[in-house]
Amino acid sequence: MQNQEEIYRLKNTVQDLLDEAKRQGASAAEAGLSQENGLSVSARLGDVETIEHHCDQGLGITVYFGQRKGSASTTDLSPDSIKETVSAACSIARYTSEDEYAGLPEKELLATEFPDLDLNHPWGVSVDGAIALAIECENAARTYHAEISNSEGATVNTHQGVHVMGNSLGFLHGYISTRHSLSCSVLAQRGDSMQRDYWYTVARNSAMLESPAGVGKKAAERALRRLEGRSLSTRQCPVLFSAEIAASLLASFIGAISGGNLYRKSSFLLNALDSQIFPAFIHIYEQPHLIGALGSAAYDGEGVATKSRDIVSDGILRSYVLSTYSARKLGLHSTGNAGGVRNLTIAPGALDYQGMLKQLDTGLLVTELMGQGVNMVTGDYSRGAAGFWVENGEIQYPVEEITIAGNLKDMYKNIIAVGNDVDYRGNTRTGSILVERMSIAGE
Amino acid sequence: MELINLARQAILTPAGIQDGDIEKIMSRLLSSPVDAADIYFQSSHSESWVMEGGIIKEGGHNIEQGAGVRAVSGEKTGFAYSDRIELPVLLEASNNVKAIVRQGQEAKVGLVKAANWPLYYPVANPLKSLDDQQKVDLLRRVDSETRKLDSRIEEVIVSLIGAHESILVANQDGSLAADVRPLVRMNVTVIVEENGRREQGSMGGGGRCDYGYFTGHDRALEFGKEAVRQALVNLEAEAAPAGNMTVVLGPGWPGILLHEAIGHGLEGDFNRKGTSAFSGRVGERVASDLCTVVDDGTLPGRRGSLSIDDEGTPAEKTVLIENGILKGYMQDKLNARLMGVKPTGNGRRESYANLPMPRMTNTYMLPGSHNPGEIIKSVKKGLYAKNFAGGQVDITSGKFVFSASEAYLIENGKITRPVKGATLIGNGPDVLTKVSMVGTDLELDSGVGTCGKDGQSVPVGVGQPTLKIDGLTVGGTSV
Repeated sequence: MQNQEEIYRLKNTVQDLLDEAKRQGASAAEAGLSQENGLSVSARLGDVETIEHHCDQGLGITVYFGQRKGSASTTDLSPDSIKETVSAACSIARYTSEDEYAGLPEKELLATEFPDLDLNHPWGVSVDGAIALAIECENAARTYHAEISNSEGATVNTHQGVHVMGNSLGFLHGYISTRHSLSCSVLAQRGDSMQRDYWYTVARNSAMLESPAGVGKKAAERALRRLEGRSLSTRQCPVLFSAEIAASLLASFIGAISGGNLYRKSSFLLNALDSQIFPAFIHIYEQPHLIGALGSAAYDGEGVATKSRDIVSDGILRSYVLSTYSARKLGLHSTGNAGGVRNLTIAPGALDYQGMLKQLDTGLLVTELMGQGVNMVTGDYSRGAAGFWVENGEIQYPVEEITIAGNLKDMYKNIIAVGNDVDYRGNTRTGSILVERMSIAGE
Repeated sequence: MELINLARQAILTPAGIQDGDIEKIMSRLLSSPVDAADIYFQSSHSESWVMEGGIIKEGGHNIEQGAGVRAVSGEKTGFAYSDRIELPVLLEASNNVKAIVRQGQEAKVGLVKAANWPLYYPVANPLKSLDDQQKVDLLRRVDSETRKLDSRIEEVIVSLIGAHESILVANQDGSLAADVRPLVRMNVTVIVEENGRREQGSMGGGGRCDYGYFTGHDRALEFGKEAVRQALVNLEAEAAPAGNMTVVLGPGWPGILLHEAIGHGLEGDFNRKGTSAFSGRVGERVASDLCTVVDDGTLPGRRGSLSIDDEGTPAEKTVLIENGILKGYMQDKLNARLMGVKPTGNGRRESYANLPMPRMTNTYMLPGSHNPGEIIKSVKKGLYAKNFAGGQVDITSGKFVFSASEAYLIENGKITRPVKGATLIGNGPDVLTKVSMVGTDLELDSGVGTCGKDGQSVPVGVGQPTLKIDGLTVGGTSV
């Protein structure tokens, strides 16, 4: 991809879209365009299984006629299609209602500085090279132990995308980013017990990926340790959420303080600003400008500048997570979160993984959650789980076919510790999280 | 007009692609010794309208089109796609794809129309079944009528979604098959508040039909009434019980049990690879003899129905479990060929940008002989689960969950108090062996299901009569 030329070309297309919207009578408009290319290769049982060449493009436009709004999108970027797409959006705006809160962001909130966040690192791996990496990864898993009995394979993914957005306030910017990953999923078997687990690594720069052999070994270890799991009797006990699933607790929290759920009154944290949600040692913040990180961006989905900021300090909720529209509905200003939070981080505590197990002492270590049982309106929480029973800080045996339940408000208040065993792979960075007590349902 | 010509007109004519071009692309794909190859063209128009806070807040229109080319050799698949339906682009894609096989040869393909197959839904564009003014008037009416139902209603959100999709699939034997698929859905979500306690209720429905489905029989207003009823029930709900107990599942949407507990585990790909808890178990008992479960893509107008699947195979009614015995798996072409069985019309893909896989259509259990009232009466202490949110399964361990959104205690043979929603967890290969009563009241769901697998979403249906399961773990907080 000829980077600057490509951005220049797409910027022109976005400007054409905005101009066309104006020609068709829109008083304001916002448009985005993206193009992505990628390769996905998987190997299973030592041989290549699929080779997929990806090539995606799409544009979307939102037009405003005063306070009325309409949107349209298409994967066809031909000039005729652009005109039709704008017409479709304008036509819809004839039927939507006047909404006093609708409209583009305040101009002064739009990003004006575009630091190089180092998001573009093309890998350049060939199809054959990717096949070799996938095979190496899967071999490491399959040869790790005699009880690794089968495989769902290993997959190498590499993608590069250009994203351009603009609005009729004069904002027009684009950037290129890459994303590469390697994953492996294998089965372990002992007698009648069959278990599957996986591991993955993902980064903007392929040099930051874990080694194929490391990923394979971890996938194998994770599948093996689940063999011969049993249920627990119904009880209450402390629960330690391992780092790789603890992010889901924070995702529910962010959902509850997101503008959309707040103004719809479908959140269990209404009117919670400046109140104590977590114990005083909890600090949760957003770092949108982290160099080379997966969640980094200089502006949000509306062009509003993103900022590093505290969401929770001393356990107190300091800020909601708002887009322009939801902010206006609440009488506030956008926090640059159209499209979500970026590199959400919970400050790690002093204990590592072993230390967290010791702190748990006797209770449940949860390493997998199943289902969607979180009620955003009430905070009621009930999900399927699997993990390990722990006594005196030592893992005793694997556990499966149980549920864990509680209410998120209580779970947040009753966090005892956050580990420093941080999982850096995703958009949320957290260590393991220990909750004082939850209800376990089992046999 | 004939279906194939309709699809040609929708997808190929605007792109200037002729049958001769498809023959060229297929010949290119077959210039390597592949076992199978296909070209999939798709064009889809969809729209959405949302009413919220008493106003028509949002509307959107979306066009998605493109083509995917695939070559298969043994267990190996090469795949490429593009949203540009242009001959040079698709020839280049074919070159990339056939690289899955190394040696080359000459190939010539002539297109022939596939044999006729029955159609299970109308081809007319549902987006045009109402004009835009009628659509927003419908939303307004549902909103205002729903708000009138109870003074505790705080918010009503009504959404209307419609899609019209044309697909055309050419196979390596030169056969050309097509489908034109309508899909509509409406949803009403209600938030109620009483004494500072808030709860929500949600109801929706739809199918492969047009918007007339919602205006006929005032169905749209019924969704609003049902959403309010559920929300008000939840205002009264107490903590759900925790532990293993007898569970009675209501008819219809609770059939999500079948989808999660056994459906996914019976998809051909997992069984060909031996990664499912059901692998190698055809002919064995996996359910009580009261249970017969089918996957049926041929139900007229249903959300999960297909006239042909995304590989051109006509939809079928496939018996999965008959009187408790596992009969067979759901197959796409690749897995059917590798397992030496026939495809069952379950080869589905989210779009041209994804590879097809074995997927469910409408999965349901046939009715039994028990009166639903008699089933409740037989339970001394247990849970009656009437409505569900979503579910998930680990096909290897067989463990599955599904989350009740409306549930009641059964005490001494009577439904008594409502309890809060809770996740239910069980083991797929043995949950149906614990089915001790099956009702006469088979119902299919109202048409809102979407199934996710490997990141691909497809519309599906579920259904069942009232079922009694002697022992399932209920994930409440009340010990």
